[in-house]
Amino acid sequence: MNAQQQPTGSAYFITRETESAERHTLSVLVDNEPGVLARVIGLFSGRGYNIDSLTVSETEHDAHLSRITIVTRGTPQVLYQIHSQLERIVPVHRVVDLTVVAKDLGHEKPLERELAMVKVRGAGDDRVEALRLADAFRAQVIDANKDHFIFEITGRVSKIEQFIAIMQPLGLVEVCRTGVAAMNRGPEAM
Amino acid sequence: MTDEKAGTDEGANRMTGAEMVVRALVDNGVQHVFGYPGGAVLPIYDELFQQEEVEHILVRHEQGAGHAAEGYARSTGKAGVMLVTSGPGATNAVTALQDALMDSIPLVCISGQVPTTLIGSDAFQECDTVGITRPCTKHNWLVKNADDLPRIIHEAFRIATTGRPGPVVVDIPKDVQFAEGTYAPPSPVFEQKSYHPRTKGDGDQIRRAVELLANAERPVIYAGGGVINAGPRGSERLRELAALGGIPVTSTLMALGAYPASGENWLGMLGMHGTYEANMTMHGCDVMLCLGARFDDRITGRLDAFSPGSKKIHVDIDPSSINKTVRVDVPIIGDCASVLDDMVRLWRAGPGERGRTDVGPWWEKIDGWRARKSLAYKPNRDVIMPQYALERLHAATKDRDTYITTEVGQHQMWAAQFYGFEKPNRWMTSGGLGTMGYGLPAALGVQIAHRDSLVIDIAGDASVLMTMQEMSAAVQHEAPIKIFIMNNQYMGMVRQWQQLLHGNRLSHSYNESIPDFVKLAEAFGGVGIRAEKPDELDDAIAEMLAVDKPVLFDCRVANLANCFPMIPSGRAHNEMLLPDEASEQAIEQAIEADNRSLV
Ligand SMILES: Cc1ncc(C[n+]2csc(CCOP(=O)(O)OP(=O)(O)O)c2C)c(N)n1
Ligand SMILES: [Mg+2]
Repeated sequence: MNAQQQPTGSAYFITRETESAERHTLSVLVDNEPGVLARVIGLFSGRGYNIDSLTVSETEHDAHLSRITIVTRGTPQVLYQIHSQLERIVPVHRVVDLTVVAKDLGHEKPLERELAMVKVRGAGDDRVEALRLADAFRAQVIDANKDHFIFEITGRVSKIEQFIAIMQPLGLVEVCRTGVAAMNRGPEAM
Repeated sequence: MTDEKAGTDEGANRMTGAEMVVRALVDNGVQHVFGYPGGAVLPIYDELFQQEEVEHILVRHEQGAGHAAEGYARSTGKAGVMLVTSGPGATNAVTALQDALMDSIPLVCISGQVPTTLIGSDAFQECDTVGITRPCTKHNWLVKNADDLPRIIHEAFRIATTGRPGPVVVDIPKDVQFAEGTYAPPSPVFEQKSYHPRTKGDGDQIRRAVELLANAERPVIYAGGGVINAGPRGSERLRELAALGGIPVTSTLMALGAYPASGENWLGMLGMHGTYEANMTMHGCDVMLCLGARFDDRITGRLDAFSPGSKKIHVDIDPSSINKTVRVDVPIIGDCASVLDDMVRLWRAGPGERGRTDVGPWWEKIDGWRARKSLAYKPNRDVIMPQYALERLHAATKDRDTYITTEVGQHQMWAAQFYGFEKPNRWMTSGGLGTMGYGLPAALGVQIAHRDSLVIDIAGDASVLMTMQEMSAAVQHEAPIKIFIMNNQYMGMVRQWQQLLHGNRLSHSYNESIPDFVKLAEAFGGVGIRAEKPDELDDAIAEMLAVDKPVLFDCRVANLANCFPMIPSGRAHNEMLLPDEASEQAIEQAIEADNRSLV
């Protein structure tokens, strides 16, 4: 991570040790109130943290709590900062680094799923091939006409990436993805 | 309010949003509000007019209201309150909000907003206040219902003043100020479920910390603003611990006064313009106790060479401050006063007086560094040296009940170096943001809180012009603040950096057309005093102290003096530039080419 050894915009060298960046998935439980997402996103942009994926939805209606799932990247020190900076936000109830918890539980990583809609336009052999591959990926057809399909596919990020790549030459028109939803295995809550 | 309703509780608590604002201020112990009116806050101003419990101090610019409230807060330990209108009123408050955020000052800002029905329509004097202030507050709210107003204002005070203190904004649309709702006083139990600052430190970690300190051969305490924010007990316990362990004490700019400048163990401030002994002690220590400070870049110098051989204990109420830039061995999350209570108790029960290790040799070393006299300067008979001016100011005011504020620049650093503070909450300066224009309105705020005390703003000729209009507020409110301008005709700190970094090309750092401060004071209805020669200084200061009105004191000091000692950017604590070594050539070569992009 050479970029981090350059003088930062602030004052002195912030020479981080040559730790490599890791990808972590965080679950953040927040009050579902106006502005809360802006606070979280503003924290990431304002402090220069990465967001690979972010999803949010109210998950406990009675308590008005939303769960935000953030996939981010950084050295352990940066990840620790992200964690404690998120905890400073007043409407944030809890922050759990699912990746750390997964490791503690003896798993490689948390369960992560994403949903994508993939629109493909084509005719003839391409069309047949698209349908055949979709079947192999267990993607569902949710809309179709003589010259297009819309597939719905759910799975790990890598599977979705792969599916999209395969559809590319077969007439890929557009893609919409939800971002990652994640939780850990086992009976416990976050 | 109708008669039959007035009898019932419900009826007595029915009131308009604007009434609720004033009631909530009173119920949160507010006696003074600094503000400026406008269309979107008129209902609140109307309520203020009809009561006497809260005194409103009219400023001349909303930034001034903010800094005044900060000065008020820092000198009293209570929240400062400001009241501004929508649009430009709110945007003018932003500098003060960010200033309070960076220096952890409890500041409650109430702003008016256009009516809810007009929000988002680019209405006259509309701005997205909560959007603009989100990154510069600890929290903020847009109140859409009068019924939510009391709970939100009580929460605002709680959040501003607890945990790591900071600024909050409550944005209230005008229709909500007019609407009726039911008021509820602050309840002892708060409904907020998500916000739980930790104050009590972990027992095991505290034990480890005491053990480390007691066995240290070369200990040091590095105190920060968190000690001041912990209240008077924080400073008392710090003094106790330092005495028990014979531990040398240094502090950041924010914590001056936490340990007395006349105290035996005092090393002076540390960091970029800190003393040689403070920085060398930090560099050479084997155990460092950091109390409520955040290893800011002005403090650490070059990070990879920062105190290389020490075990570090870090006490902070904000977990995100820990391990942010410097890795520590013993992190303790908690309030400094509470943690110091525990440490002192454990120390008394365990190591007792002086600890287990002999710190005598360490003190001998420190005395050697002290003997370098890093704050020495060449006296001059013809021109007033800035350091001399501050020594004389200190001598004339140290036995009085004095509060000092500053602007930003060389004068600020000299004030930190030469004005000895004995008590906490006596020193108000913009540390984190470095806001020129802070000191004059902050002095106003301090004076409003301490009517009979002596309040002095140690100012620079450039900074003071940024918020000079508050002289008018000081005159109106009979606040006899003393603005001691160290007039060097330059933006001295900028000039010093241009000399260090840019071949002494003084691009736009000469202050052309400075007003005649004496006449200016008179124009405002204050008193102007000027001192040009060292032998006039004492009398002029005495004259200033005798005046019971706001004073602009034009102290003409040496124009080209530099502020030393200094750790040049990109250097370590043990690479300080000392005044006697600072030849023109040494100054120009102090910062290596690689480090020129650093600020
Ligand atoms: C609002 C603001 N603008 C610019 C700066 C950058 N700056 C830091 S010190 C300084 C010069 C201050 O000059 P003066 O008030 O005369 O103080 P001196 O250094 O001469 O004592 C400037 C421009 C700042 N700190 N704040
Ligand atoms: Mg100047």
